[in-house]
Amino acid sequence: MNRNSDKRKSLLVFLGRRWALIFLVIESLVFSFTTEAFFSLKGIQIVLFYGTTIFLLGTAETFVIITGGIDLSVGFVMGFASIVSAKLVVMLTNMGVPPAISILLGMLITWMIGFVPGYVNGSLVARLNVPPFIATFSMLGITHGTSELLIRGVPAKNLPYLANAIGNGYFIYLLPGKAISFFNKPVIQRGELLLEIIPNMVVIAFVFILIFAFLLKRSKFGQHIYAIGGSTDAALRAGINVKAHLIKVYMISSFFATLSGTVYMLQYVTGKADAGAPFLLDAIVAVVIGGASLYGGIGTIGGTILGCLILSVLETGLRMMGVPTFDKYIAVGVILILAVLIDQFFPELIHREE
Amino acid sequence: MGYVLEVQNITKRFGGLVAVDNVSMGVNAGEVVGLLGDNGAGKSTLIKMVSGVYHPDGGKIFFLGKETRINNPMDALFLGIETIYQDLALAENLNVYSNIFLGREKLKKILGMIKVLDHDYMLAESKKVLKKLEIEIPSLKNRISMLSGGQRQAVAISRSLYWDAKFLIMDEPTAALGITEQKKVLDLVRLLRSQGLGIIIISHQLHDVFSVADRLVIMRRGEKVAERITKNTDPNEVVGLIVGAETVKR
Repeated sequence: MNRNSDKRKSLLVFLGRRWALIFLVIESLVFSFTTEAFFSLKGIQIVLFYGTTIFLLGTAETFVIITGGIDLSVGFVMGFASIVSAKLVVMLTNMGVPPAISILLGMLITWMIGFVPGYVNGSLVARLNVPPFIATFSMLGITHGTSELLIRGVPAKNLPYLANAIGNGYFIYLLPGKAISFFNKPVIQRGELLLEIIPNMVVIAFVFILIFAFLLKRSKFGQHIYAIGGSTDAALRAGINVKAHLIKVYMISSFFATLSGTVYMLQYVTGKADAGAPFLLDAIVAVVIGGASLYGGIGTIGGTILGCLILSVLETGLRMMGVPTFDKYIAVGVILILAVLIDQFFPELIHREE
Repeated sequence: MGYVLEVQNITKRFGGLVAVDNVSMGVNAGEVVGLLGDNGAGKSTLIKMVSGVYHPDGGKIFFLGKETRINNPMDALFLGIETIYQDLALAENLNVYSNIFLGREKLKKILGMIKVLDHDYMLAESKKVLKKLEIEIPSLKNRISMLSGGQRQAVAISRSLYWDAKFLIMDEPTAALGITEQKKVLDLVRLLRSQGLGIIIISHQLHDVFSVADRLVIMRRGEKVAERITKNTDPNEVVGLIVGAETVKR
């Protein structure tokens, strides 16, 4: 009506669309002042290191949620992959294969196996009309049980030392003013300052995340994922093979869960059935915070990564403050409700095209 | 006469029910034919045989004078037969030009090998087709969910036309629209007729059909019961034909 209220409205739109980013900044500021460790090269990298799992599972979930589905199996597919890859690496090493090659082969084979749960999920959903919730929930049980059968209560161990070196190594090592090296940790004198920049696993994760983010945003394949999420009928009548497309989407999801499992194997040098279980909620929450709609059709990888960062900062920050983990769960719950409420009351604020 | 589309003695049964019984009709280029009938008269079934959704159990379909088999919706699209359904089938979460190009996206290569969506091209082409149809939509980057019913109908029509439609089937094009928008859509139908398309309109809004159709085909219980030149008949007679009361009257 008048210029003042217009201004106020556009400010509200501006803030409403960026609430997640603003939340992240405020949250980071709070932890920077309340803890000593958070605002430092180390602190930020801890956020990324612990965030790797949520980044990967969040990306997996983003694809499925855009189609209007959900993948509840990512956590246990991840655990299954951590066990399979650990067992494969140990087996290959015992056969005399050099550690580097056993690790590489073990991961590659696991990634191939990782497409199977996704193919089954996708076929159940697309061809047999099983609701995604049920199909992937069953897959959760199946992968959990298979994992336990594989290890029989004893976590996979005796991985070569190289696994640890890769999983907990850094992309860049910097001796300020003296030397820089990639991947190889240089031998240092006592008292020398060695800067370690970007954990290896974060690099691996983001190579794949960026490729698939590009695929989702710029390719015909990605465009059709949005179309299916928006209206299956429209997609069908436009000549899109909706069934095949959905199966591929669930396969992408389980690939990312598997990738996350192999990353876990390197980071923690073991395989565990429930390695990814606690992160299922986080992954879904991150996607919702990132602006995706659980009804399908809307969502971006960029948004999801922002959501993942919020959760990872929260987790790391609270840990540094010495707050027990239960508080984190409460906080995550509150953030989820906040995200959904903002989405519900101000949809036009958030979902408007530029 | 050389019909664009003609069906001869076409029949479709669902189990014991004869949904379309031995129906013959044709549509000329630059002609609008109104297909009328009560619910269950067989209009939609007839249309769906032409658009490739159903297979006829008997009879022939001719397109541009040649006998044609239409096995699936893609076949129909390939021939140039476009159908706009009542629910429009637009992806509400995508913008206008993405909907116009849905399933037939224009790609370009970047770095010499990676194929990505060519947004600029699709935007420019969509602008052209909308301009040709004299349709105004504020921004083609807006999502469909932000458009009015009439604008959505216009987008659905432009999508069909961009792909060189020779024949257009419209199922209840004005049903969900406000009065001004109904008028706009009917103007659009007249414009398309003047550009030489053959058009079938299914509608319950007799007023609309009378204002735009050249000829009327009336169906009842799967059979074609009458065919009239619009200016030689009136709504009363047509209603009588639809409900089957004309025998009582005479």
